[in-house]
Amino acid sequence: MGTTLLTSVQLARFVSHGYLRMDAVVPDEMNQEALELLPNGIPDVPYGIPVADAYPSGSFPRRLLELPEVAGALQALVGPDPAVDHHAVHVREPHEGHAQALHGDAIIDVRPDAFDVQLMYYPQRVSPDMGGTLVVPGSHLRRTNESDTGRYQNLRGQTRLVCPAGTVLLLHHGIWHGGRRNDSDLRRYMFKIRFNPTVPQVRLWDTADMADPEVAAELSRYFPWYEQATGRLEIYNRVLLWRALTGDPSFDVEHWVTRVTNRPALSSAPSSALRSHA
Amino acid sequence: MSIRQQVLVLYLSNSALDSPVVGWSRYDGTGATQPTTGDSDEPPYPDGVAALRDGWRLIQASQLLPPQPGVEYGTSFLKHEFFFEKLL
Repeated sequence: MGTTLLTSVQLARFVSHGYLRMDAVVPDEMNQEALELLPNGIPDVPYGIPVADAYPSGSFPRRLLELPEVAGALQALVGPDPAVDHHAVHVREPHEGHAQALHGDAIIDVRPDAFDVQLMYYPQRVSPDMGGTLVVPGSHLRRTNESDTGRYQNLRGQTRLVCPAGTVLLLHHGIWHGGRRNDSDLRRYMFKIRFNPTVPQVRLWDTADMADPEVAAELSRYFPWYEQATGRLEIYNRVLLWRALTGDPSFDVEHWVTRVTNRPALSSAPSSALRSHA
Repeated sequence: MSIRQQVLVLYLSNSALDSPVVGWSRYDGTGATQPTTGDSDEPPYPDGVAALRDGWRLIQASQLLPPQPGVEYGTSFLKHEFFFEKLL
């Protein structure tokens, strides 16, 4: 089965938002199959094993990962043959009365040139009252540890997931998120798989549109919850990540990184300039 | 019945109390409401002063701390946190 690689603009959108959303990419018959499978759980697999060993050919997770849109997006983000870190079936019970605290998964993870991706698959339609996952766009580069962000209940521009059946999110490991309170009469299911890259995450996507102005536009995006000053640091940190992903150490957005790393050496000054100060 | 405390936490765009709200949390010691994570998309007030005008008492504001040397460009928690209370 083929794959649909992401474009540079889509990659830049991932770098700014910290996630990609693909609505209804899983066909209905697979969604029905998942709703029969997930209530019984999916057996654990050892940490860090290849996809082919974790999920035998023909198994439900393997077929999910072979869908062209899913396969292409994973290839673009974590490359070929990523390892499966772990997976889990998450359930939000009807009328459970509480939400998860806002958190990032695992532990604080500040790798500047590598990231894990978490796939979240929603096999059923998620209506507004079903407690769809809360995601905070642009939070993935914040250096916080797990649920230390639990004090934050609401942030401007947060997204409260409402989606059609078969929707898949692919998230940077650092994104702030949480399962919201389910006020409906239905159990809500989500199947999550975390992937570790096994190759350097450099130019793994379709780079034909690298010079598209939309790339810089995406990387320049401010989110409504950003504080005035810290928002500028978010752009700075995105530039560093984009440099790592493209292998281009000169890339910048509005001179943010270039300006504060400019330290001319004495030997680099033109001789005329040296003479004028003699 | 003894007095109960309601707490409002506002996160502002800069260190000024009259700057725009970018985040908010509520805790209700009266038990009348059960605020929780991700329960609203619009802040209760446009800025911190609007909360004062509505009767909230400011009880704590985050300090202004210089960036730690070596990690000046790192981002972490929201910086401009203001705690308010109402006693009911």
